[in-house]
Amino acid sequence: MIMGTIFASFWLGKLNLKALPPNYIQMGGAVMILSILLGLLLFITVTKKWKWLYREWLTTQDPKKIGVMYILVALGMLLRGGADVALLRTQQSISVGHNMGILSASHFQQIVSAHGTIMIFFVAMGLMFGIINLIVPLQIGARDVAFPFLNATSFWLFFAGMILVNASLVLGDFAATGWLAYPPLSELRYSPTVGVDYWIWSLEIAGVGSLMAGINFIVTILKMRVKGMSFMKMPMFVWSVLGSMFLVAFAFPILTVCLTLLALDRDLGTHFFTAGGGGNMMMYVNLIWAWGHPEVYILVLPSFGIFSEIVATFSRKRLFGYTSMVWAIAAIVLLSFTVWLHHFFTMGAGSNVNGFFGIMTMIIAIPTGVKIFNWLFTMYRGKIKMDSPMLWFIGFVVIFTIGGMAGVLMAVPPIDFQLHNSLFLIAHFHMMIVGGVLFGDFAGISYWFPKIFGFKLNERLGRLVFWLWFIGFLVAFIPLYILGFMGATRRLDHYSAGLGWQALFIVAAIGTVLIGLGVGVQILQIVISVRDRKKLRDTTGDPWDGRSLEWSTPSPVPVYSFARLPHVTERDAFWVAKRHKIKDKSSYEDIVLPKNTPLSMVIGISAFATGFGIVWHIWWLAVVGLLSVVVTIIVRSMDEDTEYTIPASEVKKMDRQLRAEGGLR
Amino acid sequence: MIKVKKRWVILVGVVAVLAISYLYLRTVNIPVLEPKGIIADKEFRLLLIVTGIMLIIVIPVFVLLFYILYRYRDSNNKKTKYSPDWDHSRIIEGIWWTVPSLMILVLSIITWRATYALNPYRPIASKNPPLVVQVVSLQWKWLFIYPKENVASVNRLVIPVNTPIHFYLTSDAPMNSFWVPQLSGQIYSMPGTRTQLYIMTNQKGVYNGWSANISGAGFAGMMFKTQATSLANYTSWINKTRKSSPILTLSSYNRLSKPSSYVKPRYYSYPSANLFNDIILKYRVPNFSYRKVV
Repeated sequence: MIMGTIFASFWLGKLNLKALPPNYIQMGGAVMILSILLGLLLFITVTKKWKWLYREWLTTQDPKKIGVMYILVALGMLLRGGADVALLRTQQSISVGHNMGILSASHFQQIVSAHGTIMIFFVAMGLMFGIINLIVPLQIGARDVAFPFLNATSFWLFFAGMILVNASLVLGDFAATGWLAYPPLSELRYSPTVGVDYWIWSLEIAGVGSLMAGINFIVTILKMRVKGMSFMKMPMFVWSVLGSMFLVAFAFPILTVCLTLLALDRDLGTHFFTAGGGGNMMMYVNLIWAWGHPEVYILVLPSFGIFSEIVATFSRKRLFGYTSMVWAIAAIVLLSFTVWLHHFFTMGAGSNVNGFFGIMTMIIAIPTGVKIFNWLFTMYRGKIKMDSPMLWFIGFVVIFTIGGMAGVLMAVPPIDFQLHNSLFLIAHFHMMIVGGVLFGDFAGISYWFPKIFGFKLNERLGRLVFWLWFIGFLVAFIPLYILGFMGATRRLDHYSAGLGWQALFIVAAIGTVLIGLGVGVQILQIVISVRDRKKLRDTTGDPWDGRSLEWSTPSPVPVYSFARLPHVTERDAFWVAKRHKIKDKSSYEDIVLPKNTPLSMVIGISAFATGFGIVWHIWWLAVVGLLSVVVTIIVRSMDEDTEYTIPASEVKKMDRQLRAEGGLR
Repeated sequence: MIKVKKRWVILVGVVAVLAISYLYLRTVNIPVLEPKGIIADKEFRLLLIVTGIMLIIVIPVFVLLFYILYRYRDSNNKKTKYSPDWDHSRIIEGIWWTVPSLMILVLSIITWRATYALNPYRPIASKNPPLVVQVVSLQWKWLFIYPKENVASVNRLVIPVNTPIHFYLTSDAPMNSFWVPQLSGQIYSMPGTRTQLYIMTNQKGVYNGWSANISGAGFAGMMFKTQATSLANYTSWINKTRKSSPILTLSSYNRLSKPSSYVKPRYYSYPSANLFNDIILKYRVPNFSYRKVV
């Protein structure tokens, strides 16, 4: 019997039958996620797509495909995060007075934490890295990223982190601590279950992936621009990505270290952040926000870049104030590391400290404001076409400006004392992250969709999607500003009757339903567009009368991206080439591309095993996973045969054929 | 024709929504916007001033946005100027680097001064001496200790009007945030740490308070009421409580600090003089044991 227990605890760690969901609602989540997974596997098996999937996607090193995989995962996680919202808002609409609602407090708090974690790390980051993978190489006239293997590995680590977060639905629980898991609540003493460990290790794994992707794209942008593209001739999206990736490179190590220290507290009994034993929770709060605030700009800078491209294209005018824009990005990058303390003015720092960080926070509004004015003047004296990417831009300006005002309010420490951790704050940062980041990513997806897939998205449904999102968003979040003023704090699973909150929570829930409809129409839009793909086909490669190099390639972009490398002499290189009818005179050459390899995926699977092993204290699994990562890296380093060549004659033939079919210039 | 109609429907709809919202919001209490304490009142005024200053820039942004969108729309392009290569202007860009900078300069000065004036640790000037209240956030309720008055209460704070209240806060639980929005902004209470907050009100009434920072499963049940009353009423409450309530011994404190939420108000007399400091020391000193009450 005792031998049996030791045996089981060696092989299974803390894992046992009690890890299964404790009640019907949680069971429902587990069953849902498992049936989606099984359904997918079954579908692939029945349609006999395994080979195709393996060859074309799972082993690919092509950023154009990796980008699509990032976006698919992110959209899947958007549904998961959205399902969380449905539960949260339902609970908050009914859990008043004597009614305790449908969720237990702890389950509610787990969902709150999962919602935040998933939306930031696996939706916003996923969409961002997806679009970067798709577009940055094309815009700088590169056929690939600097380190393709590292790039694919970044994706698979992101994927491993995503699976680990969702595994908590089936086995064990998730952190019930809020999405940043402040100690001492997140310490073993107050959170003894595996929930916080799931949180730590999924972010640890995904975070390492993000760091590697950040370094990769810095090098790509610095070293792989096509001849003639000096820094000040780069498209604005590339600039903003460069800024964002520098932030990734500097901020993510802080997150990794911070999470590691928390993990040491939990697993090895150290006292970095514990209450007691000399630990200091305030250190954690500083560290996590020293990553967390730059993270906001990591997400929003690429969205700014997307809007810069869209506004110029749809106004058919050069981007106004290019140099100002570059300096604004540089200013935001630097300043974003000097404001983290505004997340906890209420921790009792002195007036000097609070005052300094308050003012630094306000200063960020200057470069941001400059960007908005530059966009407005890009439209001024243009010919503005109101396609759906442009609608997203207008929605963004409206929401981001309102949210920005709320942000400046909270930058004033004494005002923040009244608004901190209230639903006012929630409304503010959702306006920044949904209105700023998500709207930008959606605009980017509808803008670049024809480039990637070769056909446009259905525009009518696209407009409907925008209006549902935009109106739904206002209905969902304006009431939260008021609720914040009424004293409603965040993460409340229950509140007293007679406060006047319930009506506003119900209105907010209605807004959520509208957004949910928007997401439904988004899915419908994709389905309908795929059905009508012949009619929506983009034969020109340049459906919007674009300006930058990606539009000079055929849609969808062939595997080698550019048959002949373009020549860049000015900003908006493709627009200039079109206007002055400059013909490409360069000759075809042999193109070298990375071979497919499953090793990136192997690293992802091994990292998942390590994470899962540590979460459940299945140490043999953690060790095996870690060893597997190391061995895979060694094997990969020894491999000299990682590339293949498409001969120039072949490139010429393929290119001629594509251009004849599409009628490209 | 149809377009005009659609616009009217939207307009009427928006007006109706605004009207209903206004009528509803008039019937409910909005603590941050209806301050009753002098600190909360100053914070509210600051909020109005800062919002007003920001509108100087935000309103032109909105006007410009919709004006430009309307005037330079593609279908209108025969009538408007189109300059596709006009991409910079030192003067114009200079304006929007400068004007927001000036605005931020003004806001910075306001912020710096307000941060000092409204520092939660800053004593409030008054002819009455401040009343000291020690606040301990427990799992999941608030313990208020009146050290000089030898009284303690749970989830019920009674204060006299026109008297500065000097709170010392700590936690025998995860981090919480002490917040009575009608009286003042919030401050964290953290284990092993002491934070402070001053408030004062000149209006009698009962004000809701919350913990604004998640601290575990029972955190939603940490709502409490603060009663501000006349000095005479307050004194008689103190005397009555001291006489008729059980003593807050160490063992009753240990029972109290066990997790529970939605706790009804409770009252104690003669809390251990060292209790508050001991709760802080507990997290700082290894193998700490409470000092015995003498």
